[in-house]
Amino acid sequence: MGDGYLTSALPDNFALIVRGSQCDKKAVNSQRPVNLDLRTIKLPITAYTSILHRISGVILFVGIAVLLFGLDKSLASEEGFAQVQECLTSALAKFVIWGLLSALLYHLVAGVRHLIMDMGIGETLEGGKLGSQIVLVVSAIVILLLGVWIW
Amino acid sequence: MVTNVTNFSRSGLYDWMAQRVSAVILAAYVLFLLGFVVLHPGLGYAEWQALFSNNAMRIFSLLTLVALSAHAWIGMWTISTDYLTPMALGKYATVVRFLFQAACGIAMFAFFVWGVLILWGI
Repeated sequence: MGDGYLTSALPDNFALIVRGSQCDKKAVNSQRPVNLDLRTIKLPITAYTSILHRISGVILFVGIAVLLFGLDKSLASEEGFAQVQECLTSALAKFVIWGLLSALLYHLVAGVRHLIMDMGIGETLEGGKLGSQIVLVVSAIVILLLGVWIW
Repeated sequence: MVTNVTNFSRSGLYDWMAQRVSAVILAAYVLFLLGFVVLHPGLGYAEWQALFSNNAMRIFSLLTLVALSAHAWIGMWTISTDYLTPMALGKYATVVRFLFQAACGIAMFAFFVWGVLILWGI
C-alpha cells in the first residue's frame, strides 16, 4: 500500500492490487485508478514504522553534512579534534548528536527488519505487525542506551 | 511534455537490490565506528587520526561513501516519486519533483567529493 520499495520493484505493466489483507501482484492495465492518498487511509502500525523509516532517512540525508563537518574538523588537526570534543560537551550539541544517532539507529533497526522480511520471514499480516512492534521496542531501547552513553 | 517517471537504473529490481547491498555496507560501517568509539572512552586525536589514515579503513570508508551515495539517492528518489505527485502538488508536480531530485543529486555528489577530500587529506 503506497510502499515505494514494493511498487518500484515491479515491472511497468504490473500494479499492486490490495484486497483485504492480501497484496497480490497482477498484470493489469496500468491506467486503472488506485487510491494511494495516504490522507484518506487509516494507517496501521506497519505504516507508522514505514513512515518513520522514511522520515529518519531524510533526517540522515541532511545529517550527512553535520557528520562530515565533524569528521573533517576532527581529522584536520589536533586543535580541530579538541574543538569538536569541546563542542560535544554542550547540551545543544549533545541533543543534536543524540537526535541524529537516534534517527540512524531507528533506520538501522527498521532496515534490518526489511532484510529479514526479504528472506521471507514475517511477511504475513500478523508477522508484519509483530515485526513493526519489535522494531519500535528494540529501537526505543537502543535509543535510550544511546542517551545514557551520551550524557 | 514528458511526465514519465524513470529511475536511475531503469530497473526497479536493480534499484531494490542496490538499496539492500548498500544497506549492509552502511550497517557494517556504522556498527564498526560506533563500536570503536564506545570501546575507546578516552579517545584522542592520535588514535582517531591513525584509524582513518589506515589504508584498510580508507577503502572501507570510500566503499561506504559509494554505498551511501547509491542508498541516499534511491531513498530520496523513492520518497520524492511517492509524495511529490500531481495528487499532492497539481500540475507543477513534475517540475517540483525534478528540481527536488536534482538538488538531492547535487547535494549527494557534493557530500561524496567532500568525503573523498577528507579521507585523502589526512
